[in-house]
Amino acid sequence: MTTLAQKLIAEASGQENVAVGDVVICNVNLAMIHDSGGPRRVKPILEKLDRKVWDPNRVVVVTDHYVPAYDDETRAIQKLTRDWVYDQEIKNFYQEQGICHVVVTENGHIVPGMFCVGGDSHSPTGGAFGAYMFGVGATEMAGVLATGEIWVKVPETIMIEWRNSLSPLVTAKDMMLMTCRSIGLGGGRYQAIQYAGQAVYNLSMQERMTMSNMAAELGAQAGLIAPDEITAEYINNAGGKLPQDWQSYRIETPDLEGEALRFDASSLAPQIAAPHSPANADDAEAFRNIPLDIAYIGACTGAKYVDLKAAAKLLRGRSVAKGVTLKVAPASLLDQKQAKADGTMQILEEAGAQFLPTSCGICAGYGSDRLLEGQVCLSSTARNFRGRMGAANSKVYLASPYTVAASAITGEMTDPRHLMEV
Amino acid sequence: MGRLWKFEETIDTDVLAPGPYMNAPLSELAGHCLEALRPEFASSVRVGDVLLASDNMGAGSSREQAAEVLKHLGIEAIVATSFAGIFYRNAINLGLPVFVLPSSLTDVPQLKDGAKVSVDFDQSMLTLTDFDMDINLEPLPNFLRDLVADGGLVPHLAKRFAG
Repeated sequence: MTTLAQKLIAEASGQENVAVGDVVICNVNLAMIHDSGGPRRVKPILEKLDRKVWDPNRVVVVTDHYVPAYDDETRAIQKLTRDWVYDQEIKNFYQEQGICHVVVTENGHIVPGMFCVGGDSHSPTGGAFGAYMFGVGATEMAGVLATGEIWVKVPETIMIEWRNSLSPLVTAKDMMLMTCRSIGLGGGRYQAIQYAGQAVYNLSMQERMTMSNMAAELGAQAGLIAPDEITAEYINNAGGKLPQDWQSYRIETPDLEGEALRFDASSLAPQIAAPHSPANADDAEAFRNIPLDIAYIGACTGAKYVDLKAAAKLLRGRSVAKGVTLKVAPASLLDQKQAKADGTMQILEEAGAQFLPTSCGICAGYGSDRLLEGQVCLSSTARNFRGRMGAANSKVYLASPYTVAASAITGEMTDPRHLMEV
Repeated sequence: MGRLWKFEETIDTDVLAPGPYMNAPLSELAGHCLEALRPEFASSVRVGDVLLASDNMGAGSSREQAAEVLKHLGIEAIVATSFAGIFYRNAINLGLPVFVLPSSLTDVPQLKDGAKVSVDFDQSMLTLTDFDMDINLEPLPNFLRDLVADGGLVPHLAKRFAG
């Protein structure tokens, strides 16, 4: 039986069929790069090889890491990025619009059947659309930009099935923290994960993106979800070109070699992951009474429109606890605009939130805003490695936007269900 | 010949190439490599040393500097019980040999931090020189071996474009 991953890779490599373990060269439909791993790193390599990008129409450049620039170095990175984009005649250039994984999808660039690479580890996000997408480093990206090709070893497919429906105030983020808790950060073994089951298909596209995004935390190469009507509708609204044969990518192969992992969504409680690994997750209740300094709603993982809306659901008519700072960095300008239009931003503001630019912000630790020595942060982001968001002895806990908002209100780690009748 | 730097904990890309220094030149970034785990690492590591790590070596970000700083500091090869996929590809693309250790870190008690070692790239072998002991490592697939032997992806592509 052919898996979705195999179909996507077979088509990209021009083969009839591919078998698990085959090493094949694939043609890249789209290469996405950002200001950190992108132009400043690939430009010197392409110059050395005396090559321009193989197809400017297949390259998307997004500035999000050093946004806003705050000193001479970061301003130089932004200038270099702009100059290179114009020099290479790349039309798909999104300057300071938001985080690459969100910007590229909200502009309809990713559709079922594509084979894509991104210069960022959270590139599996594109898998939520039934495309094969994975992250690469800068030298490998330069190779892609020079040739339009990349090698892959055809992966096994690890099916992760979520049966039944989630309870209120439990989210895709909780599903992923539970998965990290269950199989560990190496559990994806650099194979392709495919999510399935009723709870997955109930999710909106932005929540599905959270699932695929955190396939990176599981160490998988890709995090696929078979496309359905929700996928099609999102792409149509985003102005993307839905391929006529998109339904042919609706492949579910739940009982393949390697047993499927099965979870019951209905019994899942909100999760919190303790420092310094997303795999250190447990039910939020296990962390009660731990005080926090910073509550952070940010990143491609946790500050999309649905995430902002989730936070607002808890924060409506309430305020952030004394001693806690709630920082919100919407994932994109579009997410922010939607949240403004329906009053979500106002609810957050009235609760005492502080807003940061629509960029990677504190999550990547690249910006000027960082955690201080010893600070405890509860964050809706994907990753809580030591020192990632600032000082080496700062402590980052991970949770859903509901849990971050609830904890911002009480001042300590809180299961959001304690604050709302559900 | 070099010394072995042994890490029992998972090494992620944030401790290899910490975000706050990612806008600095490579030499400065390298100075902070692994400082959250072993503050003396960057200043004491020498050319020819070998890094020995446990599972999921290089987990996390796609930032290639995580592998590049190790090469810059003189690390000759990385041996680990398993590697994170992107880090593995990055190291090979930079011409830094990476080998999977087929046993666990504790199976061979002589694999101690500071042990004198050498790596035979062609034979995929780690030698503990004090014990005259050879440890077989999993060989790289042929086409990845060629990539590393060429010095990484850039020289490899340069060769291809010239040919």
